[in-house]
Amino acid sequence: MAIVKYTKEHEWIRVEDGVGVVGITEYAQEQLGDIVYVELPEVGAGMTQGAEAAVVESVKAASEVYAPVGGEVTEVNQNLADNPGTVNTDAMGEGWFFKMKIADTGEVARLMDGVDYQEYVESLS
Amino acid sequence: MNDIQGRDLEQTPLNALHRERGATMVPVAGYEMPGRYQGIIAEHLHTRENAALFDVSHMGQVILRGEDVAAALETLVPGDFQELPVGKTRYTVLTNDRGGIIDDLMVTHGGDHLFVVLNAACKEKDLAHFEAHIGGRCKIEVLSDRALLALQGPAAVDVLARLAPPCRHMLFMTGATLTLADVPCFVIRSGYTGEDGFEISVPAEEAERLARLLLDEPEVRPAGFGARDSLRLEAGFCLYGNDIDETTTPVEAALSWAIGKRRRAEGGFPGAAVIVRQLAEGVERKRVGLRAEGKIPARAHAPITESDGAEGGPVIGEVTSGGYGPTVGGPVAMGYVKAERARADTPVSLMVRGKALAARVAKLPFVEHRYFKR
Repeated sequence: MAIVKYTKEHEWIRVEDGVGVVGITEYAQEQLGDIVYVELPEVGAGMTQGAEAAVVESVKAASEVYAPVGGEVTEVNQNLADNPGTVNTDAMGEGWFFKMKIADTGEVARLMDGVDYQEYVESLS
Repeated sequence: MNDIQGRDLEQTPLNALHRERGATMVPVAGYEMPGRYQGIIAEHLHTRENAALFDVSHMGQVILRGEDVAAALETLVPGDFQELPVGKTRYTVLTNDRGGIIDDLMVTHGGDHLFVVLNAACKEKDLAHFEAHIGGRCKIEVLSDRALLALQGPAAVDVLARLAPPCRHMLFMTGATLTLADVPCFVIRSGYTGEDGFEISVPAEEAERLARLLLDEPEVRPAGFGARDSLRLEAGFCLYGNDIDETTTPVEAALSWAIGKRRRAEGGFPGAAVIVRQLAEGVERKRVGLRAEGKIPARAHAPITESDGAEGGPVIGEVTSGGYGPTVGGPVAMGYVKAERARADTPVSLMVRGKALAARVAKLPFVEHRYFKR
């Protein structure tokens, strides 16, 4: 069964069978506004937890996206090259950024679950 | 809400209205201003296609009054103001002794006075400058009890004409007192978007009522500072603090058109020696437009290099404003490059996150201005 976890930097990771799908949260896309370009990592790239993994360009500014856990990138969402706005319309679904083979599932376990993340977001406003 | 220094932000008379309309509020020059409502791209495109209402009440509105007020102002700016006809508006810059730009401003001849609109972030500095240098020759009246609304876009004239039919006859860069919903307002046909439109100086206590009337018109939607910035960037306009400041001269900034013919010959403004010499002999760097291939926007402070190789070549300048242009449909930027690299179509590279983006020097504006001229 898939579990979804969240970071304080507003990434989400959906984990199933040791593979994680990573994107940015609804809150993050709302804060960024219209997204016009997404720079994705290279397939095969290894990254540690918290490493800079992608860059989201909104009309106004560039923002970094960090690896929620360590691992190796296995696939990137090619659709975002032509349709970066998918991140705005479906941040938690079709707007995913990349998939990764997770190095240490313990890192996943220590991330926030949906309830904790919701509380965290509410504490920000 | 506080700014990044943690100071309390000032509010405009339309603050409650912005919140009611769902604006995300952001700090702008010490004021809490609407960043966006529906989204920057939608607001930007709506402005180009229809009409948008911007709150620019944070800007300074000043009246200069005096026997020789135009001559007094000319001691601070390189523009012609003694020749400015009544009712005409002119863009100019306050210069310092090195020819740098203290602020850029709009000045309208109001008959017995000059009506001046200043950048919010420069208000206090400008007023002190006026006071110190021309305070003895004219009366400086700060209109702190007035709001400023910008109604911009091709439908702006139809909208405003419903409240004040004579606005149809105003030409671009002219100002007049119009009665809008029983309120006398000073209206200038101009703006910061490259589109036709009006800037409306309205008494603060009537600002919300007038804004609501305008927003009730079917063509009009509110727009925030995100769209204001992408519109002005496509229109090739300078943002003070980014594209021009006290270290850039009007000649370097490609604003030589704002230096009056008589003033070039006579001088008599701060930094005249530098500016007149630059006009005659040229400058080392020049503000230009920049169009990158691909989709990655280059932002302010991105280095501009010669166009060789993936790492870029020697640095020849810096981006001062950059982002996504919704009407252009891609990244647009402006910045300063060495003068010998300033010609349109010159290939350059823009350095973004260590990568060289292929780009070309481009003519400004990126989107043609559409003003109402005779």
